[in-house]
Amino acid sequence: MIEIRLHGRGGQGAVTAAEVLAIAVFRDGKQSQAFPRFGPERSGAPVEAYCRIDDKFINLRTQVYNPTHLIVLDQSLTKVVDVTQGLAKNGIIIINSEESIDIPGYKVYNIDATKIAMEALGKPIVNTAILGAFAKATKLVTLDSIIEAIKERFDEKLAGKNIVAIKKAYEELRV
Amino acid sequence: MRICLPNKGSNRKAGEISAFENNVGEIEYEKNRVVSDDTSAFFSQEVDEDMKKIIEGSHAIAEAVKLSMPKVIAAYPITPQTHIIEKLAEMVAGGELDAEYMTVESEHSAMAACIGAQATGVRTFTATCSAGMAYMWELLYCAAGMRLPIVMGVANRALSAPLNIWNDWSDSMGARDSGWIQLYCETAQEAFDTILQAYRIAEHHNVLLPVMVCIDGFWLSHVYEPVNVLEEQDFVKPYQAPEIDVDSDEGFKRIKIVLDPKQPISMGEYATPQYYQEFKEAQQIAMLNAKLAIKEIHDEFAKKYGRSYGNGLIETYNMDNAKYAIVTMGSVCGTIKHLIENEKIKDVGLIRIKSFRPFPTSELQKALERIESFGVFEKVCSPGLGGVVFNEVKAKTNKPGASFIGGLGGRDVTLDNVRKMFDLIRIKDENIHWI
Repeated sequence: MIEIRLHGRGGQGAVTAAEVLAIAVFRDGKQSQAFPRFGPERSGAPVEAYCRIDDKFINLRTQVYNPTHLIVLDQSLTKVVDVTQGLAKNGIIIINSEESIDIPGYKVYNIDATKIAMEALGKPIVNTAILGAFAKATKLVTLDSIIEAIKERFDEKLAGKNIVAIKKAYEELRV
Repeated sequence: MRICLPNKGSNRKAGEISAFENNVGEIEYEKNRVVSDDTSAFFSQEVDEDMKKIIEGSHAIAEAVKLSMPKVIAAYPITPQTHIIEKLAEMVAGGELDAEYMTVESEHSAMAACIGAQATGVRTFTATCSAGMAYMWELLYCAAGMRLPIVMGVANRALSAPLNIWNDWSDSMGARDSGWIQLYCETAQEAFDTILQAYRIAEHHNVLLPVMVCIDGFWLSHVYEPVNVLEEQDFVKPYQAPEIDVDSDEGFKRIKIVLDPKQPISMGEYATPQYYQEFKEAQQIAMLNAKLAIKEIHDEFAKKYGRSYGNGLIETYNMDNAKYAIVTMGSVCGTIKHLIENEKIKDVGLIRIKSFRPFPTSELQKALERIESFGVFEKVCSPGLGGVVFNEVKAKTNKPGASFIGGLGGRDVTLDNVRKMFDLIRIKDENIHWI
């Protein structure tokens, strides 16, 4: 079983990203489960969401303690939250950042998702763009399925803009 | 015209009511009937994955409610139930669901509105949890005592104090004696399927009781996972109000038990010591009848849609060669199944209680027959007694049993917790343990 932990700030759409990822991997023929860190959410406060991926139906209903990979929607979180807590050895970390952040012991990919989102959506909502980078870096989900999941989850107009952002992030990420 | 439930003494008029005798007959019928213990035979391994989509547990309930065609939904938001009624509000506003959506000012009013609407002869739905359920408390008893087949979604949550919005079963367990059928679900799919079955069970002519469909708050209500959401269904038919034969000035006639100015009746208003107890006895009989109805409706659903949950009352897992059993309910069963499967555990099996009311006494006794010892895990404590579910199970068996209380106020029940419980069951521990 693969477990992804998403770190974000309230309002950035970490929970929606986990949901979209779950829809996408399910479209790829795998089983998935997504959920937020349970509790009240406040705009701007650190939040977490999770996505489990497996070949068979996921019965496990505990919290995620040892994620396989990480998605970090806001680079400032690396300074206030121990984002790598419990992270598996050689885990992949996708960070939305302007600069190149390195976290020793892990394979880190930086993507300026904020810039991509501003261009595509006109808002710094980075949750969808970063999934494009995640798909390319981990190969756990196909770009096509993420695009289809976006179409399933959002209305046409919003989906179109998000798909532009996802494709851009996918293309821009250097692997 | 006079309608009342029977006084089983000799002063009852012939023809005053026939339901009571029918009910007694149903119990005998159940005793003599061989009902399959497990409908896994019906279960199609080729579950149609194409039909599934990833949705939230709360939305699975809302989708099933929509398909059940309620005419009145009255609700008040409370975490973690809110997503259920938000989704239903969207469906009504968007014209997907033809129902009156009443945004009431409290849960007390929500249940009062459902009672009033259901009594006029329409199907209803509400959802709540925690303090919301506590606030509708007296109305829970009214709904059951008036024998109104209301279906309510419950996203189980702890009660204050201290304030806590997370999951445990304190809310619905407190209402275990309210006369509501209580069905606890393990997955979002089961929540969807159980709502459809709940309307059939509630409205069954030998039952006529309200049903709570319980999902663990957050652990199920806020989890996105694959659910086969039926686009249409003919399992739940348009609502038919119950009917009864009454004697009138013009002789016996069959009437619908609904509030209708053209045919005035009164419901649940007053019963003196001469009559009150008979109502309560009739509720107990209806609960026993519900056991058979739950099994039959579950079997019918399993045959039609290829999905089953044990026999509808309990589900057993890995019990064929097990020497020990853990008994519990709800979403934690998934974690237990995960552990048993991943660690290839042979000696411990799982007995999942799906129907807590009516209590599956004979089914549990049969499931526990061949095991050496058991443990009950539950997310509720009755201070001064201990485990509620444990004491009910223990009362029905002389096998040694351990009582595990945990997961209160949303505490995670980890794989290590489950391993520890298994070890205590293996040594035939009989104490209370806080997990």
